[in-house]
Amino acid sequence: MQEHANLPLAMIETVTAAADWVIILPMILALMGSALLLMLRKSRGFNALLAVLFVIAIIASEAVLFGRVMAEGPVSMTMGRWLPPFGISFTADIFGAGFALTSALATLVVIVYMQMDREPGDNIDGQLAMVLLLLAGVTGSFLTGDFFNLYVWFEVMLIASFGLLVLGGSQMQIDGAVKYGFLNFLATTLFLMALGLTYALLGTLNMADIIGRAPQANQAVLAGIAALLILAFGMKAAAFPVNAWLPASYHAPPAAVSALFAGLLTKVGVFALLRAMVVLFPETRTLLEPVLIAIAAATLVIAPLGAIAETNLRRAIGFIVIGGIGVIVAGIAMPSVTGVAGSGFYIFHAILTMTALYLIAGLVERVTGETDSRNMGGLYAANSPLSIIFLVAVLAAAGIPPFLGFWPKLLLLEAGLERAGISAAEGGTVDWSGIVLVGALLINAFLTLVGGTRLWAHIFWRAGREGDQSEHQAQTIRKLTVKESWLGLGATMVLVAGIALAGLLPDGLFATARSGAGDLIDPSRYIAAVGLPDEAGPVDLDAELGAEEGTP
Amino acid sequence: MDFAIAILVGLFITVGVYFLLSRSIIRMLLGLTVLGNGVNLLIFTGGRLTRELAPIVPPGMEHAQGAVANPLPQALILTAIVIGFAMFSFLLVLALRAYQSLDADNTDNMRVAEPENGCRPPLSY
Repeated sequence: MQEHANLPLAMIETVTAAADWVIILPMILALMGSALLLMLRKSRGFNALLAVLFVIAIIASEAVLFGRVMAEGPVSMTMGRWLPPFGISFTADIFGAGFALTSALATLVVIVYMQMDREPGDNIDGQLAMVLLLLAGVTGSFLTGDFFNLYVWFEVMLIASFGLLVLGGSQMQIDGAVKYGFLNFLATTLFLMALGLTYALLGTLNMADIIGRAPQANQAVLAGIAALLILAFGMKAAAFPVNAWLPASYHAPPAAVSALFAGLLTKVGVFALLRAMVVLFPETRTLLEPVLIAIAAATLVIAPLGAIAETNLRRAIGFIVIGGIGVIVAGIAMPSVTGVAGSGFYIFHAILTMTALYLIAGLVERVTGETDSRNMGGLYAANSPLSIIFLVAVLAAAGIPPFLGFWPKLLLLEAGLERAGISAAEGGTVDWSGIVLVGALLINAFLTLVGGTRLWAHIFWRAGREGDQSEHQAQTIRKLTVKESWLGLGATMVLVAGIALAGLLPDGLFATARSGAGDLIDPSRYIAAVGLPDEAGPVDLDAELGAEEGTP
Repeated sequence: MDFAIAILVGLFITVGVYFLLSRSIIRMLLGLTVLGNGVNLLIFTGGRLTRELAPIVPPGMEHAQGAVANPLPQALILTAIVIGFAMFSFLLVLALRAYQSLDADNTDNMRVAEPENGCRPPLSY
C-alpha cells in the first residue's frame, strides 16, 4: 500500500450530501415514473393522474435545483463514490437547470393536452410512459457533466421518441419514423465517433476535465473532432444542410407528440452544440467559425422560405422550428456574452413557443378536419380564441416587439452589431461576418412573419377553403367538444398566456440569460463545482499505458 | 497493431457509408450496423491496444499487478453495443412493418408523409 502513496485520491470517502441528490432526482423520478406507468398502462384515468403528479414532482425538484444554481452557481454531484474525472458527474449550471425546468413545464402542458385524444380502443396505451422516458432523456442531456453520459441520454431520448412516433401505427407514422429513425441514429453514431476520438486525444470524457485539458492538445485533431460534433449535433438540431428529416417526420404523429418533439428534441441537440463549441472547445470554435456562420445564415434564410411554400400546416410549422435553430446557431457563431445569452434566451423561448404552435395546429386540424391549409378557412368566425392564440404564437415566433421572441433576437442583433463594429466605427474596419448574421436574422424575422401571418390569413381570415366563393361557413368545420375545449384549448391557452406574460416581463430573463452565458464563456465556476484543478495537460495515454508495460 | 486496426476502422466505415447510400432499407440497416461496429473499434483503438491481460485487481490488493488492458474503452463499447443493438432491433422491426404496411423497401417509394406532388405554394394573399 505504501508504494501508491503518491497516487491522487480516487474515491469519495464521505457520504453525498442529501441536498446534492436534487441534481439527479428529476431523472430518477422520470425513469421510475415511466416504469410505473408502463406497468399500469391499462388503467387510463389513473395513468394520466399519475403522470401529471410525477411531472409536477419533477418540476418541483427542478425548481429547487434552479433556485440553488441561481444562488450558488453551478452544482455538481459525482456517482459511484469515484472522484471526478473518474466517476460520472452531473453538473447543473444556469442554462442546463433552466432548460430542464422549462422542458418539464412544456411537458406538463402536453400531457394535459394529450388527454383529450384518448378514446376507448385507441391503441396508444403506454404513450405517457414514453413521454416520461423522453423527459428523462431530455433532462439528463441538459444536466449531465460527462460527455459519454450525454450520448447515453441522447439514446434514451431517441428510443422514447421512436416509440412515440410509431405509436398508433398509421402508414404516415411508419413512413415518418423510417426517415427520423435512420437519420437520428446516424447522428448519434457520428457523435459516438467524436467521443471515441476525444477520449483517444484527451484521455478524459468529463466535461469539466475536457475544458482544462483541451487547450494543450493537438489543435488539428481537435478541429476534426469539433467538425464531427457540428455535423452530429447539427443533424440532431436540424440545422440547414441536414434538416430534411424534420419536415418529413414531425407532422406524422398526433399533434401533441409533434409539439413535444418540436419543443424539446431539437433544442437538446442545439444546446449540446452550444456547450461543445463555446465551453468545451472554444479555440477550435474560432477556427470553424466561418462554417458556423454559413450554417446559421443559410438556416435562417432558407427555413422560413419553406414555411411560406408549404401548404400542410404542421409541415409549415416544422420549417419555422428549423428557422429558430438558425437563430440559436447564430449566437454560437458570435460567442460574446451578449450573443450566447441571446442563444440561451432563444432556446427558452423556442421550447415554449414551438410547443404552443404545434398544439394550436392540432386544435385547428381537429376543428377543420383537414391537415392542408389550402382546405382550411373561415375559422375566425367558428373559433375566435383559437385564432387569437395562433396569432400570438406566430408573432412570438417571428419576434415582434412585445412578444417573447423579440428579446433574444434583440440580444443577438446587439451582439452582431458589436461584432460588426458599426456602433464604434470611427475609421475602423467593418467585420462582414457580423453584418451577414445581422442581415440574416432580420430577413428571417421578416420571412417568418410573412409565412406565419399568411398561414393565419389562410386558415382564419379567408371565408372558406381555397377558391371558395361562398360566404357561409364550411360544412366540415365543427365545434370543439367540452373535453377538447377544457383539456386541449385550456392547456394551450395557459401556455400561450405564459408566453405572452414572459414577453411583457423580460427583465428577469435577461439577467438570467446573461449570467448563464457568463458561466459558459468563463467556465471557472463550473470546473470548481466539479472539483477539478483549473489547468491540466491532456492525459498521455501512450505514456501512461506504456509506463505500466515497463513494470513486469 | 494500432495501424492495422485503424485501417480496419476505416474499412468498416467505408462499407457502412456505402451501404447507407443505398435506397433499400435493409441495406441501410446493415450499413448502420457496420458503421456502428467501426465506431466501436475506433473507441477500442482510441483507448490504446496494450496488453491482453484483463484489468482485474487481485484479492487484497489495491490495484492490478503489472500491465493490463485499459478497462475504460471496454466499458464505453459495452454501453454502445447494447444501445446499438436496441436501435438495430427497433429499426429492423420498423423496416418489416414498413414493408407490410407501405409495401416498400425502397425509400423512393415511401411518399406517404411527403407527397410527391404536394407542395404547391398557396396563391392567395
